[in-house]
Amino acid sequence: MVFLRALAIAAGMVLFATASSSQELKIGLSAEPSAMDPHYHNLTPNNSLLSHVFERLIATDEKQRLLPGLAESWKVVGDTVWEFKLRQNVKWHDGSPFTADDVIFTFQRAPNVPNSPSSFAGGVKGKTVTKVDDHTIRISTEAVAPTLPNDVATIMIVSKKHGEGAKTEDYNSGKAAIGTGPYKFTKFTPGDRIEFERNDAYWGAKPKWTKLLFKPIPAGPARVAALLAGDVDMIEDTPTADIERLKKDPKVQLSQGISNRLIYLFVDHARDVTPFAKAKDGAETKNPFKDKRVRQAVTKAINRDAIVARVMEGVAVPAGQFLPDGYFGISDKLKPVAFDAAGAKKLLEEAGYANGFKLTLHTPNGRYINDAKIAEAVAQMLTRAGIETSLEALQPSVFFTRASQGGPNNTPEFSFILVGWSSGTGENSGSLVPLVNTFDRAKGTGTANRGRYSNPEVDQISAEALRTNDDTKRAALLAKATEIAIEDVALIPLHYQVNTWAARKGLSYKARSDEFTLATDVTEK
Amino acid sequence: MTAYLLRRLMQTAVVVMVMSVIVFFGVHVIGDPVWLLVNPQMDQRDIEAAVRALGLDRPIWEQYVYFVRGALQGDLGRSFIFGEPALTVIVQRMPATLELAVAALVMAIVIGIPLGLYAGLKPQHALSKIIMAGSIVGFSLPTFWVGLMLIMVFAVMLGWLPSTGRGPTATYFGITSSAFTLEGLRYLFLPALNLALLKISLVIRLTRAGARESLQQDYIKFARAKGLTHGRIVRVHLLKNILIPVVTVLGLEFGNLIAFSVVTETIFAWPGMGKLLIGAIQTLDRPVIVAHLIIIVLLFVVINLVVDVLYTVLDPRVRVGRQTA
Repeated sequence: MVFLRALAIAAGMVLFATASSSQELKIGLSAEPSAMDPHYHNLTPNNSLLSHVFERLIATDEKQRLLPGLAESWKVVGDTVWEFKLRQNVKWHDGSPFTADDVIFTFQRAPNVPNSPSSFAGGVKGKTVTKVDDHTIRISTEAVAPTLPNDVATIMIVSKKHGEGAKTEDYNSGKAAIGTGPYKFTKFTPGDRIEFERNDAYWGAKPKWTKLLFKPIPAGPARVAALLAGDVDMIEDTPTADIERLKKDPKVQLSQGISNRLIYLFVDHARDVTPFAKAKDGAETKNPFKDKRVRQAVTKAINRDAIVARVMEGVAVPAGQFLPDGYFGISDKLKPVAFDAAGAKKLLEEAGYANGFKLTLHTPNGRYINDAKIAEAVAQMLTRAGIETSLEALQPSVFFTRASQGGPNNTPEFSFILVGWSSGTGENSGSLVPLVNTFDRAKGTGTANRGRYSNPEVDQISAEALRTNDDTKRAALLAKATEIAIEDVALIPLHYQVNTWAARKGLSYKARSDEFTLATDVTEK
Repeated sequence: MTAYLLRRLMQTAVVVMVMSVIVFFGVHVIGDPVWLLVNPQMDQRDIEAAVRALGLDRPIWEQYVYFVRGALQGDLGRSFIFGEPALTVIVQRMPATLELAVAALVMAIVIGIPLGLYAGLKPQHALSKIIMAGSIVGFSLPTFWVGLMLIMVFAVMLGWLPSTGRGPTATYFGITSSAFTLEGLRYLFLPALNLALLKISLVIRLTRAGARESLQQDYIKFARAKGLTHGRIVRVHLLKNILIPVVTVLGLEFGNLIAFSVVTETIFAWPGMGKLLIGAIQTLDRPVIVAHLIIIVLLFVVINLVVDVLYTVLDPRVRVGRQTA
């Protein structure tokens, strides 16, 4: 009886189900943005979402190439000075004009947001902004800074009028969330939804969707279900396990694009004895990775095509360097190392490891797409080549603490790890310097160099590249340093991730390599 | 009674204290949240600055002393992720969870009691056997699986109900809830049912057992002998007596509904405290984890206390003041 009533209610509810208006776009996000303050948390979920409301002086296209944003043009006017011409007739959402003062204010605010867990100081550091006139600014630096435009392209510009004295809470409430972007902030309900509406006075191309609704749905299967049920029009970060099935679904359309995220293996280059590499009988032994032939054997023993085909279900691209094709400063000579089991065995023999050795591979579980499964495949491949590899998968929070500073004196703890990296600047120095330049706290190089690789030649050429304003010369230097590092097997590239957005039939997304999900790039056929 | 309440209060303080120590140090042992918070591109000095800003560079006992000092003044610390006071972050999400728990409780009562009563009154009937078998299924199926199946069937295949999130809210009598709008109810139905399933089964079993036991009692026989109608016996005499244990258990279960809505909230992306807790655990947002658990402990204590006190009101044989346990 009561069941019947419940059913009747459920059936009645169906009658009230409304078809979603074609002008509203609902997007299911995989991670929840932590705030509506564009300078609070420098992390992809926030940076991606807030790009709808706020804009940068320099925008980036889907391959992270630089495009004019709030600045129409920029050029070097002295060795250490850049001049930016700001766009005229740009209005803030409240109607007040955008001027150089807003830019100067932004550069003061960005690195100084209270309680910020991850600040924008990196993009602002060492830069002094001066006003030439209302629509011209100059940015001067202490040293030559050829990647200055890439840094500038990470900072979202806020209104001085609304931002002065504003706290992160004021952005969350919408009071200070006044941007110049194609969408205006409407509502932020933490954990639940974010709503934007079209800015009809936008200076650029008029956005197609009148309203945007973003829903954070962290659980992968639930996100897919929300799309299939029609509760959202598009989802990001489609679980790889569902991709094959969704491909066959006539109601769904997938958009895929290679990302700038490299999945790679790092070996311990520094210590003479490394804790997780042991002789066959378990006795302590010298660090085998100090021998370049062992590193070469490891990279040859890995069948990247098999990992891509089996573990990643085809949704990845084998990697031979730090960034995929089309990026600034990469080498056109480097290709993914071919699988060569016999060659690997031979190299191990030459290095005196005819009987192999014991090794533990540490990997985060749940940080990158299929990370633990990839590590499992790698461990099996190495074991087949004679390096008896066991696997330890850790919670990301545990993994990164130990992999970065778990050893004595806050040194990296592990001997052999699987990690991922994406270039924040969208060009090769953003990978080369943090990954394979010598770890140096004062210079800020080698930040993510968890293998503590150190090669003076790579350091020197990288440093020279960062002193070179000439694009062609700089690209050549970056490529050369990359070739030296990869040839020396500083790290072992596995593959580049491919990101998949899934949308209802008729919608397509211009897949972005920086993993941003932008409603302005969603088009309807 | 006053002495009893005072003693309970002291016990509560000790429980909260011990719990906060365990959680605080436990989370510290798991790992360092900084590596999940910072942008990987940040250089070493900026990372160290972030560590200092969060106070994580201090020894753990010092952080704990600092935390206790704040907690005594009602400040449970700021969320590492959201930068707002942990209490604010949790309270923001509390209405959604309460709404879900109340809806599940209502479902448990409205569905569980009639079915249980039916099974108790007509134990040999085929329908009773189906009800009891169903309650076993309700007990044994894992919540996350049932949740996904509900989504698959009602949202994806039939398209009757939304699969995810909370619907629009409305405010009446100072309470903002999505249960006040028709659209909101559609969003509420599946997650509430998922959360209620276990409780429905529980209520069915309790009601059935109570009914079968009471039917044998003298007062029922006497009522029959007096010539009362069957309906009146069931409604007035039987139901009243079997409701006492049911109410007690449901009172205690209400705390469970709030505290353990984690799975349901995660699957249905329900913006409540449970989903917040899971996120906080994944990112080691210690202030939120600690504050969340303190609130839950207090909640349980208050509910237990209310149930205890109500018991003395409902049942004159019970005197809480003289309890020795």
